[in-house]
Amino acid sequence: MLEIKNLQASVEDKMILNGLNLTINPGEVHAIMGPNGAGKSTLANVLAGQDAYQVKGGQISFHSEDLLELSIEERAAKGMFLSFQYPIEIPGVATMTFLKESMNAQRKIRGEDELSTPNFMKLVKEKAQFLNITPEMLRRPLNVGFSGGEKKRNEILQMLLLEPSLCVLDETDSGLDIDALRVVADGVNSLRSPKRSMLIITHYQRLLDYIEPDFVHILVDGKIIKSGDKTLALELERDGYKNIIAAA
Amino acid sequence: MAAVKETVSQVAEIDVDNYKYGFTTDIEMDKAPKGLTEDIVRFISAKKKEPEWMLEWRLSAYRKWKKMEEPTWAMVQYPKIDFEDLYYYAAPKKKVELDSLDDLDPDILETYKKLGIPLKEQEILAGVKGASNIAVDAIFDSVSVVTTFKEKLAEAGVIFCPISEAIQEHPELVKKYLASVVPVGDNFYSALNSAVFTDGSFVYIPKGVKCPMELSTYFRINEPNTGQFERTLIIAEEGAHVSYLEGCTAPMRDENQLHAAVVEIIILDDAEVKYSTVQNWYPGNSEGIGGVYNFVTKRADCRGKNAKVSWTQVETGSAITWKYPSCILRGDGSQGEFYSIAISNGYQQIDSGTKMIHLGKNTKSRIISKGISAGKSSNTYRGIVSTQRSATNVRNFTQCDSLLIGDKCSAHTIPYMEARNSSSVFEHEATTSKINDDVMFYCQQRGLDEEQAVALIVNGFCKEVLQNLPMEFAVEAQKLVAISLEGSVG
Repeated sequence: MLEIKNLQASVEDKMILNGLNLTINPGEVHAIMGPNGAGKSTLANVLAGQDAYQVKGGQISFHSEDLLELSIEERAAKGMFLSFQYPIEIPGVATMTFLKESMNAQRKIRGEDELSTPNFMKLVKEKAQFLNITPEMLRRPLNVGFSGGEKKRNEILQMLLLEPSLCVLDETDSGLDIDALRVVADGVNSLRSPKRSMLIITHYQRLLDYIEPDFVHILVDGKIIKSGDKTLALELERDGYKNIIAAA
Repeated sequence: MAAVKETVSQVAEIDVDNYKYGFTTDIEMDKAPKGLTEDIVRFISAKKKEPEWMLEWRLSAYRKWKKMEEPTWAMVQYPKIDFEDLYYYAAPKKKVELDSLDDLDPDILETYKKLGIPLKEQEILAGVKGASNIAVDAIFDSVSVVTTFKEKLAEAGVIFCPISEAIQEHPELVKKYLASVVPVGDNFYSALNSAVFTDGSFVYIPKGVKCPMELSTYFRINEPNTGQFERTLIIAEEGAHVSYLEGCTAPMRDENQLHAAVVEIIILDDAEVKYSTVQNWYPGNSEGIGGVYNFVTKRADCRGKNAKVSWTQVETGSAITWKYPSCILRGDGSQGEFYSIAISNGYQQIDSGTKMIHLGKNTKSRIISKGISAGKSSNTYRGIVSTQRSATNVRNFTQCDSLLIGDKCSAHTIPYMEARNSSSVFEHEATTSKINDDVMFYCQQRGLDEEQAVALIVNGFCKEVLQNLPMEFAVEAQKLVAISLEGSVG
């Protein structure tokens, strides 16, 4: 589904990713862990197509297409979803309106019909309930005045609605208490399927107690220095980055 | 290239050149010589066949104006205007006195048709079957060319006619109310307007009458180097209701055109006036050349108890806007509202806002101002809310929101508040948001393209104000908002 080869990327002329390789097959859940500044968020942003990140070398193929040739919204319509570390607030635009607009925009790019309002409402209500999102919250402007937990749940709601094939979760656990973390993790787990893959970016092992990865990668200085199964995360929690880096 | 960077380069190319009302009408005009003297004032008055009292009134206004200086406190910059280099009177040469629309110069009829304003009543009736009809007063340069549905309105007792006609036909009303809200010497432009105004609309709604249709005036400046000075007077007697809309367009010209209007509204006990403006004068080109200087004084006087006035404006045009539609809340329990969307793009400069002067007890006011700046424009909200000592239990709510697109534009908010007694409650909220690369990225990641994202955000931002426009114009205004910002992102 996703194949990253020798990816090199920079921000403001500073090289962040230095030859990253990663292959994700359908149905797999991958976790990327690493110290601050290792390039975790850069990877997420490059995948989604944020302009500020420049790709200097390497290739990315997504569903056998050259991802780097696609615009941000085309990538989204093809199933790339980024759950933001810091979701954006948009005053004046009701959350419900935003959900509907984005859903229909993606459908349009894919040449599908727009969803009728009753069908859409039914779908949103069902998914929102699952995430403890109240109808009142859906009427509020997108993310305006939302708590950290509400913002993250709202990201997951969008993910449930848009049903992407690749979910990239950028530090989704930051700013969440245990209860909120569980709700978010339940949401993510409900999306696990043989056709859908996930890339979970996190600092801590904690999230991985709830969303169990198939693979764990350790990213340091823009390269994956070690890969393993879920036990690698536990090892990391025990020994710290320093020892892992020294051993690598 | 980042979206915002693109914005800046795109904005440099656009306009403003998208302005779709920029055509000129080639027509024979009857003009007074350039410049302003007592003789010109006499010429205008004579052209209008005005009574002696009106001429005297104009001359005294002219003398006042001669002693006044242009205001310079607004946050706008422009070269000094040479008032001697302007025409103060330009009227289409009529073939005959107008008995019916068939006598109207076909070129003018065509002009309004191009602007999407049908002047033939039968066309209106055919066009909007079943929908509420709108009576139109069309003003071409200095004169009113036609007013529709006059007879139907007269049946309800409503007077809707060019002000020049009102001076002839209803002198008692004009004498009683003209300059009673905006005194001649109120400011430089109101004095100038009083001396040389050539036309405008006159509306009188008698006691207890709800005006049976929307009234509207469309202003068109066609002639080069011509000032347009219109004067509008609206009187709502006790318990009367009226909704009035004005629309403005002008051709694209390299020189600046001056538009200095005065609008006065008098509202008596329990009466209600809703005044909406869709201002789309030519804003100048992408280099900042040309465009209309829009220096306007608009004021409503809630003279009676529980009188209500509501100003709604969508300002997208003009090179420079200097305009503060205000409410004098004199009658106890009266209410004033101001809803504004001011959009500046290219090199446009806007200094606009409102004044809520609370004189009566239990008076209420509400200000919702939405400023959107793009390109290299400057957009200022300037407002005042004041309460007299004797005006107890006054309430005001003010919300001033600014939205910036790109990083070469600016937004300023200058709210003044003066409470002279302790029972007043003023609430003020202000926000500034920006459509920057992060916002665009977020929307695009969810599948929206740049145009869709900007439209969604801008419409959400303006929603509260757009909702206040009469239904027939809300859609038009929403489109106008989109056109004005077309190409403002990459």
